[in-house]
Amino acid sequence: MNPALLGLVTIVIGVGGCLAYFYFSNILLDKVIFPGTGPNAGRNINRAEKVRPWLFLAPAILALGLYLAYPVFATIWLSLTDRSQGNAFVGLANYRQMGLDPKFWEALRNNMLWLIVVPAASTAFGLLAAQLTDRIRWGSFAKSIIFMPMAISFVGAAVIFKLVYDARPEGTNQIGILNAIWLQFDGAIWSVVILRILPVVILLAIATLCAFLVWVFARPVLRPDQSRPGLINSIVRISAAVVTAVLVLACLLGALNAVTGTYPYGVPQQWLTIPVWNSFFLMIVLIWIQTGFAMVILSAALRGIPEETIEAAIIDGANPLQIFFSIKMPQISSTIVVVWTTITIVVLKVFDIVYAMTNGQWQTQVLANYMYDKLFRANDWGVGSAAAMVIMLLVTPILVWNVYNARKEMR
Amino acid sequence: MDDGMAGGKSSLTWVVNISVVLLVALWLFPTAGLFISSFRTADQISSSGWWASMFPQEQNQTLRTARPGEDNIAEVNGVYQIDGNLFVAEGQAADIDAVQATISAWGTGSLNIDEYAPGDTADLGDGEQITVQANGDYVWTSPEPQSGRGQRVFTTAKTPPEFTLDNYRNVLFNPNNREGMAKAFFNTLTVTIPATIIPILIAAFAAYALAWMDFPGRALLIAAVVGLLVVPLQLALIPLLRLHNEIGIGKGYLGVWLAHTGFGLPLAIYLLRNYMVGLPRDIIENARVDGATDFQIFVKIILPLSYPALASFAIFQFLWTWNDLLVALVFLIDSSGDTTVMTKQIVELLGTRGGNWEILATSAFVSIAVPLLVFFSLQRFLVRGLLAGSVK
Amino acid sequence: MATLKLTDVAKTYGGTIDVLKNINLDIKTGELIVFVGPSGCGKSTLLRMIAGLEKISGGELQIDGRVVNDIPPAQRGIAMVFQSYALYPHMTVRDNMTFALKLAKKSKAEIDAAVAKAARILQLEPYLDRLPKALSGGQRQRVAIGRSIVRDPKVYLFDEPLSNLDAALRVATRIEIAQLKESMPDSTMIYVTHDQVEAMTLASRIVVLANKGIAQVGTPLELYERPQNEFVAQFIGSPAMNLLAGEIVETGAQTTVKLAGGGTAVAAVPTRDSDRGLQVNVGVRPEDLSAVEDGAPYIFEGTVNITEALGEVTLLYFDRIGDNDAVIGKLPGIHQGLRGQTVRMTAQSDKVQIFHNGQSLHYR
Repeated sequence: MNPALLGLVTIVIGVGGCLAYFYFSNILLDKVIFPGTGPNAGRNINRAEKVRPWLFLAPAILALGLYLAYPVFATIWLSLTDRSQGNAFVGLANYRQMGLDPKFWEALRNNMLWLIVVPAASTAFGLLAAQLTDRIRWGSFAKSIIFMPMAISFVGAAVIFKLVYDARPEGTNQIGILNAIWLQFDGAIWSVVILRILPVVILLAIATLCAFLVWVFARPVLRPDQSRPGLINSIVRISAAVVTAVLVLACLLGALNAVTGTYPYGVPQQWLTIPVWNSFFLMIVLIWIQTGFAMVILSAALRGIPEETIEAAIIDGANPLQIFFSIKMPQISSTIVVVWTTITIVVLKVFDIVYAMTNGQWQTQVLANYMYDKLFRANDWGVGSAAAMVIMLLVTPILVWNVYNARKEMR
Repeated sequence: MDDGMAGGKSSLTWVVNISVVLLVALWLFPTAGLFISSFRTADQISSSGWWASMFPQEQNQTLRTARPGEDNIAEVNGVYQIDGNLFVAEGQAADIDAVQATISAWGTGSLNIDEYAPGDTADLGDGEQITVQANGDYVWTSPEPQSGRGQRVFTTAKTPPEFTLDNYRNVLFNPNNREGMAKAFFNTLTVTIPATIIPILIAAFAAYALAWMDFPGRALLIAAVVGLLVVPLQLALIPLLRLHNEIGIGKGYLGVWLAHTGFGLPLAIYLLRNYMVGLPRDIIENARVDGATDFQIFVKIILPLSYPALASFAIFQFLWTWNDLLVALVFLIDSSGDTTVMTKQIVELLGTRGGNWEILATSAFVSIAVPLLVFFSLQRFLVRGLLAGSVK
Repeated sequence: MATLKLTDVAKTYGGTIDVLKNINLDIKTGELIVFVGPSGCGKSTLLRMIAGLEKISGGELQIDGRVVNDIPPAQRGIAMVFQSYALYPHMTVRDNMTFALKLAKKSKAEIDAAVAKAARILQLEPYLDRLPKALSGGQRQRVAIGRSIVRDPKVYLFDEPLSNLDAALRVATRIEIAQLKESMPDSTMIYVTHDQVEAMTLASRIVVLANKGIAQVGTPLELYERPQNEFVAQFIGSPAMNLLAGEIVETGAQTTVKLAGGGTAVAAVPTRDSDRGLQVNVGVRPEDLSAVEDGAPYIFEGTVNITEALGEVTLLYFDRIGDNDAVIGKLPGIHQGLRGQTVRMTAQSDKVQIFHNGQSLHYR
C-alpha cells in the first residue's frame, strides 16, 4: 500500500479505535457490568467509579509499559547475556569488555565534558539573553531568533555548523565563517587582545564565579552550629563543591594555556579534527540549540519575580548587579535547577550531532553514539546494552530527584 | 522596564541593545549562512563566503569568446575581426544590456590574470590581438581567419549579488535525481502525522484520569510517568526492535509510529495532566451536578478547555518526530532505503557529497523549513507548553 | 417543594480525621437555610455532601424521604451555584444553561421554554449568545443562578455565591437573591456564607457550624437575641458580644450577677435557687451598653483606652476589666471626648445573657 494512504488509514484506525474503545468500554461498564438502575443502583455506580479510571488509563499504561518500562529490564538482561553464545548468561563479562575498550573511556570522558559545559553554558547564555531581552522594546523578536534553533533538527544543525567550520586549502577563499575570521588574526596586537587577553579575562571570571559557588556550596556544611544540613544534603553539597573546584582548576589551566600556547596564525584549520577542541566545537552546536530553551524558561521565571521585591531592593540602595545576584537569582534558583537538569538529560541522549558531524572520529566519541556503534555496526548487543545501562545510570539521579519533587508537590 | 524610574541611565540601555544585537547575530548567522548558500550556485559557494554574496563581489572567471565561425568573422581592412561580449558569449547574460558585471582587470594567461586593465589591448602572438572593455565587450583581431575554440580570457570582475532557485528545483523536483529530497520529504510526513495524533488521544484520557479521578495508586502512577520522562530511549532500541521482529511488524511505518507513540507518551501525559489539574474544580463538579458522565465531562468540558495544552504537545511531538534520526534509523529504514526520511538522507549526503554545499545546504533547508514554519506560526503554544512542562 | 433530613451525618477523611459528626437537621419545603461558621468549620463540606460531590461517611441524608447517600449528584434533584460561578468558559450563556437539560435528553421545546423563563427572570435575554468572558461579574453570577433555575431542582445549593463580587454589587445581588426566593416560595434553598449580613438578611433559619457540629439552629433574630452558647453569641454580631466573668448572687425570674470587675448585672433570665453561687459569664452586646451617672447601678466601670468614631456610632475600647481585656462599647453619636476617662456602663436586663460552661442558662 502507498505509505501516505497507509498513514491515513492508520490515523483513522488509531484515532477511531481509541475513541471507540473509550466510548464503548464506558458504555459497557455503565449499562452492562454495573448498571446504574435497579435495586443496587447506588452500589453499582460506586463500583463503576472504581473501575472507570483504569479504563481511561489502560492504553497509556500498556504503551508506557511496553515501550519504556519493559525495555529497561530487557536491556539489563541483554547487558548480562551474550548473543553470540545463544543469549547465554555471562554475568558482568560485557561490562568488563567495555571497561577494557579505550573508546568507551573516551566516550565517557567526553560525555562528562559535555555534561559540565553544555548545561552550564546554555543556562548562562539563556539567563543572559533572558535578562537582556526583557529590557528592550524589540525583545520578543530577539527572543524568537534565539529560540529558533529549538525547531531545527540536530542533523540540520550539524549541516549548518559544518558550513561554519568548513575549511578550504590555504590560499583560496574560505567559505566557513570560522576560518574566514581565523585568517584575520596574524599575531599582532588585536590577535593578542582577542585570542589571549579576552579568553584569560573570561576564564578568570568563570573561575572566580566557580570559586564563589564552591564557597556557597561548602559553607553550610562547614558551619559548626546546629544549622548544618542533613547527611544527604551535605553529601550533595560536598560533591557539588568538589565538581566546581575542579572547574576552577580547569579554568585556571585554560587561562594559562591561552597565555602560553602557540597559535597557527594564517593557516586554515580543520576544526573538527583537532582533538579536545573538536568536542567543544560539537558542544557549541548543542549550546546553540538549547540556549533558547533556557532563555524562554528563565525569562518567564524572571518575570514571575514579584516586582515589589526588586523595587524594595532599589529603595534599599542595591545596584543592578546586587539586585541580580541577591534578589533575582535566589528567587529563580529552583527554575535554574529545572533548566539545568532538563538540558543535562538532552546531553546524555545526544546522538545525532556526533553521528552526523564526526561519527565519533578524532576522539569525539560520546556514549550514545558509542552505544549505537556497538549495537548496529558491531552487532554486539551485550556491550551496546551495557553502554545503554551506563547512560541509564547517569540519568538515574535526575530521575530520582524528579520523582521526589513530583511527589512532594502532590502532597 | 527602567523607563519609568527616576535617575535611569540611558547609556545602559545602549549597552543592552548592542549586546542583544550581538547575541541575535551570533544565533542567526549559522542558519542564515545555510539559507543563503542554498540559493547560490556551486561556483559561487566555492569561490566566496556566503556573507560576501549580499554585496557586489570580485569574482575571478575564465571566459571564452564566441567560437569562430562563418557567421561571426568579419573582414575589416584585411584584418579578420570577431567582436561580441564575453558574458553574453558564456550565456551569463542574455544580451549586452543585461550584463551587470564590471571587469576591473583581465589577462590572457592563467599565471597573469590581472595583466591588463579594461580597454587595454593584449597581444596574443602571431599578430593576433584582443581588446576587452569593462563591460565584457571584446574585439579579437587576427591577420588570418580565426579557428578552433574561442579565445580564453581571465577576468576579475565585480558581479552584483545573484541568487538562483536551481538548487531547489534540482533537490525537490528533479525526478532523475536519486539523491533528491522529494521522496524523503513525503516519508517524513508519513511518519510524523500519525505519530503526532495518536499519542495525544491516548495521553489525554490518561491525563484526565490522573488529574481528576480518584483511585488508589494514582500518586504512584504519576510518579512513574515523571520517572519515565527521563528514561533514555536508547535503552528501548534493541528490546523493541526484537519485539517488533517477533510479532511480525519488523522495520516499517507501523513500528516507527508505535515507537514514537510510546516514547512521546510520558511527556504528553505529564504536560496534559499538569494543565488539566489546573482547570477549575468547580467547573468539573458543576458538570457532574449537571449530570455529565466522566466520558461526557472529558469530551465536552476537558478537551475543549485543554486545547492550548493539546496544541503545545502536538507541536513538541511534531518537531520531535520530524527532526528525529535515531528512531527512524532503528525502527523504520530498512536496507532497501525506500522508507528513508530526510534526516537520514542528509546524513547520507554529508558522507557522499561533503563538499557539494549547494546540494547539502538546499537539502538541509528543505528539512528545516517545515519546523521553522511551525515554529514561527505557533511559537506562543510552544512557549506555553515549555513553561507548563518545566516551571513548577 | 422538597424536604431534607440529615440524620447523624458525619464526614471523616481517611477514616480517622473527623470533619463533621452528628449533624441532625430538618429542612422544610420553601425554607432558605444558611450555613455559617468560621472558616474550616465544614460548612462547604456539608453542602457538598448534600450535593453528592463528597461521600457521606456516616449517617443518612434524605431528600423528599428518599435516602440519597449513594445517588450521584445529577439524580438527586439539586442544583448548585459555585463560588467561582463555574461557568463553562467555552460555551455561550445559552449553552451553559442548556447543558444539563441536553444531557438529560429533554425535548427542544422544553429546553427553550426553560431558558426563556430563566433569562426573563434574571434579565439575561440580551446576553444569551455571549461567552462568559464577555460578561461582568454580576452577569456571570446571574448566569450561574440561571443555570440552576432552568433545571427546576428540588433544592438549590449556593456555595458562597457573592464572595467574588465587589461590595456594591454584593448588596445588589443579595437583594436580587432575596427577591428570587420570594418569587419561588416553594423552592428549598441552602446557602453557605461566611458573611453575617448575608446570613441575617436572607435566611429563614441559620445553621451555625462550629467544632465539627451544629452550634445552633434558629431564625436570625433568635440567634442574635438568644444565642444558645458563647460561640454563637460571639460569632453573630459585630463587634462581638462582651463576656464578663461573675457569680450569681440573686435568682428568680430575674437573675443578678456580681461581676469580678465590681459591677452588677441584672438579666431577664430565670434561674433556680440552686444556681446561687454559680460561676457564670455575663454576655452584653456592645450596642446594648449605655453610660450611667455616678450612683446608679452599673455592670462595669472601665477606662476608655481608645475611641473609634465611625460617624453614626463611636466604639469604646476599654482597659482590662476583670480578666477580660477586650471589652467594647458602642454608643450612638460621637464621643471622642471619652478617651482616657473612666465611665460606668449598663444595659437593660432583657439584653443581658448568662452563660455557664459556655451554654446559655436561657435554654435549660
